[in-house]
Amino acid sequence: MIEIKELCTKLGEFRLDDINVAIDKNEFFVLMGPTGAGKTVLLEAITGLIPVQKGCIYVGGKNVTTLSPEKRGVGIVYQDYSLFPHMTVRENITFGLRYNKIKKETAKERLNRLVKNLSLENLLNRLPTNLSGGENQRVSLARALMIEPLVLLLDEPLSALDPRFREEIREDLKKLHKDSDTTFLMVTHDFAEAISLADRVAVMNEGRIEQTGTTEEIFRKPCSTFVADFVGMKNLFAVHFSGTEARINGLEIDIGYTPPQRCSYIAIRPEDIVLSVKKLDSSMRNSFCGVIKALIDRGLYYEVWMEAANTVFKATITKRSLFELSLREGMNIFFSFKATAVHIF
Amino acid sequence: MKVKEPFFWVNISCGIIIMVFIVLPLVEMLTAPSLSMVKETIKDKDVLRSIWLSIYTAGLAALFSFVFGTPLAYILARTDFVGKRLVESIVDLPIVIPHPVVGIAILSVAGKNHWLGQLFSDLGIRIMGSVTGIVIVLTFVGLPFYVNAVKNGFESISPRLENVSRSLGASMTSTFFRITFPLAWRSILIGLIMCSARAISEFGAVVVVAYHPMIAPVLIYERFEAYGLAYSQPVAVWLVSLCLVLFFVLRILTLRTGKSS
Repeated sequence: MIEIKELCTKLGEFRLDDINVAIDKNEFFVLMGPTGAGKTVLLEAITGLIPVQKGCIYVGGKNVTTLSPEKRGVGIVYQDYSLFPHMTVRENITFGLRYNKIKKETAKERLNRLVKNLSLENLLNRLPTNLSGGENQRVSLARALMIEPLVLLLDEPLSALDPRFREEIREDLKKLHKDSDTTFLMVTHDFAEAISLADRVAVMNEGRIEQTGTTEEIFRKPCSTFVADFVGMKNLFAVHFSGTEARINGLEIDIGYTPPQRCSYIAIRPEDIVLSVKKLDSSMRNSFCGVIKALIDRGLYYEVWMEAANTVFKATITKRSLFELSLREGMNIFFSFKATAVHIF
Repeated sequence: MKVKEPFFWVNISCGIIIMVFIVLPLVEMLTAPSLSMVKETIKDKDVLRSIWLSIYTAGLAALFSFVFGTPLAYILARTDFVGKRLVESIVDLPIVIPHPVVGIAILSVAGKNHWLGQLFSDLGIRIMGSVTGIVIVLTFVGLPFYVNAVKNGFESISPRLENVSRSLGASMTSTFFRITFPLAWRSILIGLIMCSARAISEFGAVVVVAYHPMIAPVLIYERFEAYGLAYSQPVAVWLVSLCLVLFFVLRILTLRTGKSS
């Protein structure tokens, strides 16, 4: 549905460098990356709001690189909702109708469906300033979907919302995506959103796409240190490989196979590390003894920092387990992980 | 209560001095002529004509500013280009140029020795000593106030609203008329009032280009020169009242913008 080929452009300090992405029809594609990675610039290039220096953008098989924004069939939903403040909710939603050849009955039916799905029935005659964040964002979604664009771009649609509304809008997004033929392309910096919504994910950094794949692939097999760090691979070490082992400061970590050449990092997800007070008798190939350096409260779970051979490993543990094991700083602890939990790149 | 520092009292006294400095002469002038004299003055055909001329030339200046200034204000608010600073400085120029110099500058283009003046004269348009000339001068001095007010108005509208409108299929033109303009109308109104308030008070530039027909400030000056203070005051009362009305409307409008944003 969208195909971007060798796209390069520059906007102020932001630049895009050789972007290649292909997104299928009706896919929910999520673009992730830290602030300043160029996600929004990429969205604006797709909508046609900023000129492209090199490369092509295809939407629905049509080359739209030089088309003006209104001729692309690309809708957009912003983080700040961007509702027209001088129009009622109804006027906002139906704003685009007159520019798109939509039959009256179709439009009416569509309006009713969107209003019902997004529970906007009682808001139609209100002005946007009198609505809550969640309501505003639902109106903004309805407005964009009213003209059934080929592609809907969502620029961090959940970031500005209270956690309660965030959950709600996330479910709405899921439902709307299922009910429509529109391809969704969402930008976010929140991995949890990506996991719950995306069919596929691309991770951006400094104007480049680092990795594209299913959420699972990105999460389990990050292909660069940046992606690993970004998706939460907290244990990231530079190592020397020798045979099927990786060495860090004298620790020998079994990785189960001979790594390909030019690899020099390993990463282990904190939740893949098992903690125990006594040495475990298990099939896990890697088991080490360390000293607890810190216990950090992360709300729903604790992060445990352990040091072994001058290397700090981080593991996560539920509050309950923390009390059951009666962990405290300075005590010795065994930590184990499978060879397959070690990612190499 | 805490004892206030001298710093506080210095600030207060300076504030009071400025208030008195502005208000006292105005009040004195407004109350000097007797009511009957003020009433008498407005029956004077010359006075009536000159005040009317002042109003409608200032109005025309605002209209021209609206027509030509709005697109420029939009460009300045929305785009970045090489030389934007220069353009902005040029827009502000009429504010800093001494008023008689403005008149002289306009005459030097409008004179017969200049091709533009020649063209105007061939078309039968007279600048020197004509209403056309007055409107040109007033537009010249009022335009910066209009452009700057409206530019600020456009800047305060998120470009994202325009982006959304275009993504929904509206062209740039439809977007401007359905989104940008309705959201900026208050700034535009404020710009129009600032521009006409500035225009209505112009004297120096007008007197160079057109002594006749007489706008109100020129008439006041003439009465002052020929008959003295007492004869110029009643006309001044009328002109100042007019300006105050404009000014209050402006204040009310800007206050309301502040509240809604």
